[in-house]
Amino acid sequence: MIEFQNVQKTYLVSGRQVPALQSTSLRVEAGEVFGLIGHSGAGKSTMLRLINRLEAPSGGRIMVDGEDVTALDSAGLRAFRRRVGMIFQHFNLLSSKTVAANIAMPLELAGGHSRAEIKVRVDELLARVGLTDHARKYPAQLSGGQKQRVGIARALATRPKILLCDEATSALDPQTTGQVLQLLAEINRELGLTIVLITHEMDVIRRVCDRVAVLDAGTVVEQGTVADVFLHPKHATTRRFVFEAEHVDEGDLMSSYSHVEGRILRLTFRGEATYAPLLGRIARETGVDYSILGGRIDRIREEPYGQLTIALVGGDLDAALARFDAADVTVEVIR
Amino acid sequence: MDAFLAFFADIDWPEIWQATLDTLQMLGWSMFFTVLLGLPLGVLLFLTGKRQLLEQPIVYGLLSFLVNVLRSIPFIILLILMIPVTVWLIGTSLGVEGAIPPLVVGAAPFLARLVETALREVDRGIIEATQAMGASLWQIVTRTLLPEALPGLIAAATVTAIALVSYTAMAGVIGGGGLGDLAIRFGYQRFQTNVMVVTVVLLLILVQVLQMVGDRLVVKFSRR
Ligand SMILES: Nc1ncnc2c1ncn2[C@@H]1O[C@H](COP(=O)(O)OP(=O)(O)OP(=O)(O)O)[C@@H](O)[C@H]1O
Ligand SMILES: [Mg+2]
Repeated sequence: MIEFQNVQKTYLVSGRQVPALQSTSLRVEAGEVFGLIGHSGAGKSTMLRLINRLEAPSGGRIMVDGEDVTALDSAGLRAFRRRVGMIFQHFNLLSSKTVAANIAMPLELAGGHSRAEIKVRVDELLARVGLTDHARKYPAQLSGGQKQRVGIARALATRPKILLCDEATSALDPQTTGQVLQLLAEINRELGLTIVLITHEMDVIRRVCDRVAVLDAGTVVEQGTVADVFLHPKHATTRRFVFEAEHVDEGDLMSSYSHVEGRILRLTFRGEATYAPLLGRIARETGVDYSILGGRIDRIREEPYGQLTIALVGGDLDAALARFDAADVTVEVIR
Repeated sequence: MDAFLAFFADIDWPEIWQATLDTLQMLGWSMFFTVLLGLPLGVLLFLTGKRQLLEQPIVYGLLSFLVNVLRSIPFIILLILMIPVTVWLIGTSLGVEGAIPPLVVGAAPFLARLVETALREVDRGIIEATQAMGASLWQIVTRTLLPEALPGLIAAATVTAIALVSYTAMAGVIGGGGLGDLAIRFGYQRFQTNVMVVTVVLLLILVQVLQMVGDRLVVKFSRR
């Protein structure tokens, strides 16, 4: 669907070449929600803006639906951009136009739609984002969440196949963030829209993304399904994001375990196993004693998961490990 | 009261009326052509500027220099320098028509600079969003830049119109007609202080009205 082939980007800053994205190859499949996470300055926006060529790559090719975006002429680029919606951290709505006029804008720019057609489409979009009563207001009269809904409706106006989201929830409070993410998940499901979203919050990735790539200083350091990356982070940057999301510090955690007896394990349950009474049963059958040191039961998109850090003492440890393995619980020995 | 009326007794009111009409005509036409030239020039200055959509350092440098040259010439000198051009353009340098070319050449660069500044106030993100929608350059200018900058553009036009009022008065010096001409001919050359007072009051009213209308429009179109 979207394919980066050895794409790189350097900016020319006062005569000097500053690399923003190292040679990167990456695929985003049709219909998925793909997350890009990274710290400030990692190159997330650069990568996103390369897709609709708000930035031109310094090298490599970007293919969208088999079409080489990097080779488009200006008319072709304009037509292509109409098939790619984009929403922004600061919404970027036109302050001089009403909500309805903002949503109508991409259709008017594209041309070939009658007034009546545009009105029907705008009403439909207003209903989808739940803003029917606000059609005649100006952006300044809306809350942040409402402005982002207008942004989403505007991005969807020309029925694009792809939606690019640049930190779409970073300016919103947690509750509003939840609502906007829900709306994104809904349009992904119902319209089959491919979504590429960038964020610096792992929680956003966990709630809506299917797959994720972690960017660090212009390099993709890790990618995979959200569950794999989230539950078994490998790169230091990824680990930092994951621990950040759980509000713990990896170093602190290890030192607080220093006077805990026995084997320390991290168990990861996924799907059905999350709610099964496994721990008690295995302890009883193998004679091990356990204490729970920490943990979290939550969902990644729709899939439930649990991650427990436990200490095991006494009994038949090897038998217990074998039983966990048999129950599809991933065991990582921490100490 | 009688003394007050006596002070204005020998004023030729029809002549004042005619001069007022002349001033309004000069103002209207010169404002029309000033916007016609100054607005596109301002847009071009903005677009070719640093880190803008049409970044063109050489074009920007040349336009900017031209604007600075025209703005640095005192208007009274410009009036005289423009005489041959005006004669070539419309056949005479006298009367209302003769005043319009120097007025436009004096005011258009001024307006262009103000337009450039007003356009710079438009949020880059909004321009980018318009680009991402697949807009052409013309669409970006007409559908996003100008509407978003409208309050600033109206303020710019107001300041320019008021500057033009004082320029029209100066144009009277080279026989442009209007209230300025009247003030010089009667008030200065014939020591008719009363005519001077009346023309100044009329110019003041004109400036007040322009400022008030401009301010109202700015408020009306500000949605931020
Ligand atoms: N137009 C530009 N000119 C020069 N350098 C730029 C430009 N845009 C971005 N950069 C640089 O490229 C690097 C990556 O920037 P980018 O905006 O992609 O980061 P980001 O991951 O989106 O960060 P943030 O979370 O702060 O938005 C940064 O070092 C930045 O300074
Ligand atoms: Mg960014």
